[in-house]
Amino acid sequence: MKEIRLSGIRKAYGRETVVHDMDLVVRPGEFLTILGPSGCGKTTTLRAIAGLEEPDDGEIRFDDQVVFSRQKGVIVPPEKRNLGLIFQSYALWPHMTVEKNILQPLQNKGLSRAEIDERTTRALDSVQMSAFRKRYPSELSGGQQQRVAVARMIASQPPILLMDEPLSNLDAKLRLEMRAELLRLHRELGSTTVYVTHDQAEALTLSDTVVVMDQGSIVQIGAPYDIYHHPTNLLVAEFIGEPRINLIEGELTEAGGTVVLQGKGIRIPADAAAGSASRRLVASVRPESILLSTEKRDGWQEVRLDNAQPTGSTTILQVAAGDSRLSLVQTGFVRLEPGIALWIDFDPASVNFFDPATGKNIRTSSKVAGADVG
Amino acid sequence: MSGDRVSGTGRIGAVLRFQAYRIANRPDMVIGVICLVALAFLVLGPLLEIIRDALSLQPYDLAYHPDGEVGSFSLFHLERVFVSPISKALFYRPLLNSLAIGVTVTAVAVSLGSLLAWLLVRTNVHFKGPLGTLIVVPYMMPSWVIALAWLALFKNDRIGGSEGLAAGLLGFQPPDWVSYGFFPIVVTLSLHYFAYAYLLMSGALATVDSELEEAGAISGMGRWQRLSRITLPLLLPALGSAVVLTFIRILGTFGVPALLGLPVRFFTFSTQIYNSINARNNGDAFVLALVLIVIAVSFIWINSRIIGVRKSFVTMTGKGFRRREINLGLWRVPLTILVWVFVLASVLLPLTILLWESLILLPGDYSLDNLTTYFWIGQGNTNLAYGEPGVLLNDGILNALGNSLKLGVSAALFNGFVGLLVGYAVVRGRGTRLSRWLESIAFAPYIFPSIALGAIYIGMFSTPLGPIPALYGTFAILVLITVVKNLPFTSRTGIAAMLQIDRSLEEAARVLGMGWFKRLVRIIMPLSASGLISGMLLTFITAMRELSLIVLLLSPSNMVVTGVIFYYQEQNMPQHSGAVALLLVLVIVLANVLVRLVAHLAGARSLASNAGA
Repeated sequence: MKEIRLSGIRKAYGRETVVHDMDLVVRPGEFLTILGPSGCGKTTTLRAIAGLEEPDDGEIRFDDQVVFSRQKGVIVPPEKRNLGLIFQSYALWPHMTVEKNILQPLQNKGLSRAEIDERTTRALDSVQMSAFRKRYPSELSGGQQQRVAVARMIASQPPILLMDEPLSNLDAKLRLEMRAELLRLHRELGSTTVYVTHDQAEALTLSDTVVVMDQGSIVQIGAPYDIYHHPTNLLVAEFIGEPRINLIEGELTEAGGTVVLQGKGIRIPADAAAGSASRRLVASVRPESILLSTEKRDGWQEVRLDNAQPTGSTTILQVAAGDSRLSLVQTGFVRLEPGIALWIDFDPASVNFFDPATGKNIRTSSKVAGADVG
Repeated sequence: MSGDRVSGTGRIGAVLRFQAYRIANRPDMVIGVICLVALAFLVLGPLLEIIRDALSLQPYDLAYHPDGEVGSFSLFHLERVFVSPISKALFYRPLLNSLAIGVTVTAVAVSLGSLLAWLLVRTNVHFKGPLGTLIVVPYMMPSWVIALAWLALFKNDRIGGSEGLAAGLLGFQPPDWVSYGFFPIVVTLSLHYFAYAYLLMSGALATVDSELEEAGAISGMGRWQRLSRITLPLLLPALGSAVVLTFIRILGTFGVPALLGLPVRFFTFSTQIYNSINARNNGDAFVLALVLIVIAVSFIWINSRIIGVRKSFVTMTGKGFRRREINLGLWRVPLTILVWVFVLASVLLPLTILLWESLILLPGDYSLDNLTTYFWIGQGNTNLAYGEPGVLLNDGILNALGNSLKLGVSAALFNGFVGLLVGYAVVRGRGTRLSRWLESIAFAPYIFPSIALGAIYIGMFSTPLGPIPALYGTFAILVLITVVKNLPFTSRTGIAAMLQIDRSLEEAARVLGMGWFKRLVRIIMPLSASGLISGMLLTFITAMRELSLIVLLLSPSNMVVTGVIFYYQEQNMPQHSGAVALLLVLVIVLANVLVRLVAHLAGARSLASNAGA
């Protein structure tokens, strides 16, 4: 268990800066996920922590040990950083058996024969791969290869675990299974873990803390709950959540003592904090937090059903309200005829408002700006 | 970015320390720099050296310029080669001969090779497996083995020595143009280089996805249109480089034009260079070598302008890739027979003729009672062949064979090692300037025709050079030049092998605490072994049968078997040269079989093919 502290990390390839002066602290034992679209700099950040990438500026510390510092002239090479890394491609050595893949790095550490055997066996047991000791990687399925990669990583008992999109090459079913497995392993080992992914669902399920990155900078740091419910800007709001969040642009108006956001064919309740009348804003509402009724109710807005897409446990409904289109999620297998009228309403607490010019959340932006300095 | 400001000297220390760590952290950079410096010294250095020699007076020029000062700038060599009374014989006629041979042989060999490649890769001719193995044998033999056989068959009595098989059996003398000069040179070189073109083209053809042609068929193209609009354009880059590679090799080839041209004073560039060096006119030879290099470079340049830049296709898709055989229908059997006859004739006929020749006691007498095993196992009789013992008991020959094997093995090992390092530095440093420079310089020996490189190395290493003693006449210089000449090929093999190894495989080892040397031995070498071994095998074969490259550097102290064969032929001892040539072919083929067997056995165990995911 070690603390990882990045300060002022900058990395450019040629003229293109991929990481901008990044500050980040990963607390000992924390499971931290870096989430972002491809090309946002998340993998570069991870590789900088591993030592496989050399930042142009800044400092990286593991607890009190400086492992990289441009100013102090320190680079600790990856082989001396004592960490574990899982690659997207698993990077199992194809010319070695499963057992040898795990033994090889341990032999390097100068451990006793008995210790090596014991650690190998324990690692293989913990990923349920003991039966495959003598196999070559090419004789294993993707999921099994993944398990071996995990075993290889944990066998050396590193205080820091790094994972670079480890589940992205697995099919959907296996991914769910391995997700649970990784969580269990993290609890058992208690190592500080940095996990890189572009899959928002993985980030939400696995992490203590989620870091959202875009274009080389951190956009938001927070617990999964906060990231999901209080996105700092439109980008985070749109990137996280499936199906995609509803965005309604409109103007604040006052009607009968309450402030509402009047969009094209739809009204969103707002509170006084949103600002004065005639201010333009973008409102966001998660599909599952829109209230729905098949019968007319007082004060609810009438919409027309475009289509219903049942996935089994949930159903996605696309509705039209004037010129606006909204997605709704209902639990269960909903069977409704397209074209019928439905009634919807909004819970004011579930709505976020953004400034259309800057994309920032008008309520949380000031608060988070102070928090992400670490 | 906190405020710990460091003092001035401390900062310099930090910067230096940082750079030192950084370099230690990047073994590919360290290797890259070392390779770059060594190669610049071995490749560019010699080139500059002969340019300087060609443009200044040398000790051996003092006969013409008694009052000249050695080392002073002079256009003497240029004048002699380009605008003097002897220029016609020294430069223009050999140039025309070389170009004529080069163009003709390239045309014949590349068309033949491409046709065979198409038949073997894309159609359903019978017995492809054994055919594919047999067809590369001419390339494993020295090109002049066929020339030796040609002489044994078509020699006439006008030049001296005994007459050949054709004259002996049929009773008429072949005309001069059949026995010597342009025609036989073109035929024998074509019979060697078609196999080279075949190797290049079959590799390219195998990567063209038949689905591309099928897509053409579905959009309504006929068979001919598919060939001309899809297949040929896709193959154009490969065809272009096959043409250039073959042409440059022919320009630099020495053995065949020496054997079939020198007796009638038919000179090519390569034999003229040899001649000038033997006559101690090194300056002339250097100028000729430079001209040869300029021709080679312009050819490469033209080729890259026409094809390379604009149309280098990646036809390998990796997925959904398959090859469909074209049904030859009625033509299947006749074409199969034709191909087999051709391949057998080009492989077995020369060897049979040489075997027969080596078993004849008195040259020119082809009756059965004139057969003897004397030239193989004879004890040495003063009445015969200057008292030279038979090849299997001849210390000189066996020594030379030993030297050849030593040369082949050491060149293969060095080349394999250097190829691995260059490949590592180039691939791991991808995108850096160092990587690009290294790749270009490793490729540079390719522009030196063999005989020209030999001439350059004479110029460079005949006197001590810095810490390096004079290497002329040593075994080391043969190894050095062979390694340098084969570098473009081996570094390419090394790069290809390294590209197969996903970067993450090495990074995983790094992160898990393995140092660079451990990674090299445990990860990189095992994973690149199969590619490197076949590359080393080819280097071994090339080194064993090499003559053009080293003929200028041979002396009694470092004689190799190809030099011995050439010597016997010059001394008009055809039985000996035939026997030794057969021995050499036998050794090459055996070594080939052996290595393939070992590689096969080793490869069956390790499943190194799918490195990466």
